[in-house]
Amino acid sequence: MGTAVERFDDKARNVFDRFSTSDVYEGELLRHRPYTRFLHWMVALFFFLALFSGFGIYLPWLFRWFTPIFGGGPLSRAMHPWFGVAFCFFFGLQILNWLQLMRWTPSDSRWIRNLKGQMLNQEKLEAPDTGFFNAGQKLQFWEILIGSVLFLITGIILWIGAGTFGRITVAVSYVLHDISALIMLFGIFIHLYLSTFGEPGTFHSMTRGSVSEAWAWTFHPAWYKEITGRDPRQAYEEARRRMEARRQT
Amino acid sequence: MSDRRTLQIKQISAHPGPIPGEGVQRDLEVCKLVDTTTCIGCKACEVACVEWNDMPFSPTTFDNTYQTMPETRWNFWNLIKFNEHQKQDGTIQWLMRKDQCMHCADPGCLRACPADGAIVQYANGIVDFQQENCIGCEFCVSGCPYNIPKFNQETKKVYKCTLCSDRVGQGLEPACIKACPTGCLKFGSKEDMKFVAEERAKQLKEHFGFENAGVYDPQSIGGTHVIYVLHDATQPELYGGLPKDPQIPWSYTVWKWLAKPVLGTLALFGLLGVCLHYVTVGPRRPQPEPPRKEDAHGNRG
Repeated sequence: MGTAVERFDDKARNVFDRFSTSDVYEGELLRHRPYTRFLHWMVALFFFLALFSGFGIYLPWLFRWFTPIFGGGPLSRAMHPWFGVAFCFFFGLQILNWLQLMRWTPSDSRWIRNLKGQMLNQEKLEAPDTGFFNAGQKLQFWEILIGSVLFLITGIILWIGAGTFGRITVAVSYVLHDISALIMLFGIFIHLYLSTFGEPGTFHSMTRGSVSEAWAWTFHPAWYKEITGRDPRQAYEEARRRMEARRQT
Repeated sequence: MSDRRTLQIKQISAHPGPIPGEGVQRDLEVCKLVDTTTCIGCKACEVACVEWNDMPFSPTTFDNTYQTMPETRWNFWNLIKFNEHQKQDGTIQWLMRKDQCMHCADPGCLRACPADGAIVQYANGIVDFQQENCIGCEFCVSGCPYNIPKFNQETKKVYKCTLCSDRVGQGLEPACIKACPTGCLKFGSKEDMKFVAEERAKQLKEHFGFENAGVYDPQSIGGTHVIYVLHDATQPELYGGLPKDPQIPWSYTVWKWLAKPVLGTLALFGLLGVCLHYVTVGPRRPQPEPPRKEDAHGNRG
């Protein structure tokens, strides 16, 4: 199975590379290829369409102003499942694209144990064994994967309705659908923050594909080593010395 | 709409803020009494319902019984259910029950509904669907213990018995009541109908040998505005699946009114959390970065 998926991924990546460019300049590294970026933004688009069309149905007395955006209640209701289907479709492709990188390793467990230090910004540099994705990113990936499966199952039950599945199945699905959405909503705030304000330089990797080398050796040292063949700590020390020298002149 | 405005509103589905015109007029709680012991299965009420509500013809399914169709439909709100019950002594009892919306005091459909104003409960107890506000999600179907709301695939709206709110609003009895030839259907205030029903149940017990005769007015949903006199009130399931103890799923009671806003707020704490993190702890920047000024916190500017 692995090889068929890999062949599919390679083909898709190459197709996108044929008409797409990434901006990688001196001192930068390519992080996300165009196919990955395309999938990410399609997932994001349909996630927010589904989220906002769902808000008006979830808590109408607070979010009733969301439904007019989608052309009123009946149209929000009619489109919400299709947004969800599109979200699951594109995230499904992203799963195939990223599954290799999302395998949990012992260094990820160590990363999680040091979560408090990460959150309080005590260590400026990530641990040297932090690869392409860190444990937090992997955790979010697996949360969305499980959440999407839950969305899909409960969503289809709610979509087709109590006439087919029985009223209790629908009532239970209704709660599970909500819980999945709440966990994902909580996670998306953290994702948005860390990819923009929280770790400057990250956002560009999803728009034009590249990150600075400094970004790479700071946040994903093992990946930096893999790509450049240089030692991330040493590269950092050299850059620091260069900066010192510039300041003294 | 205009002919319904005389009805006082008590509850509106998914409605923020107060109920318009609440408590302006007093209103009697109305009730439909169905005495299953005197129903002869003539289906005059079915015809009257279809006629008054001007419903289109609907092809039926013949299943070798007298029953018009297996269950109510979006355009067929009133159905006599025919059930043959074999008693312990081997004799057959033919049970007929008029199936329709029960107009619960605590309506599961209204609790489940996420569309503002799609379901209203009037002060007189009638629960009415307002199709112009319905979004077609069918949650009401899941909330209803009686399998009453029916979805129309073409209009994407849900329909059910209105208890002839248009007639009742004008001081008339519902169409089915008017058509009943045996007097098994009665209409009046809830108090009066309850009294008549209890009297009839007593009569059945004392004079006709139905020891378990009784009134069906389930208190698990606060009572209903359609009540039955049954030969055997201990086994309402015999009458085409009338639930003995109807329940609204906790998804639409506990979860919807407590957990939803609370957990929604908790999820929004994620937003508050990241904002506070940025302002206090601050972002992580690619290293190296220029050294910070020593007196950053001593400077009062």
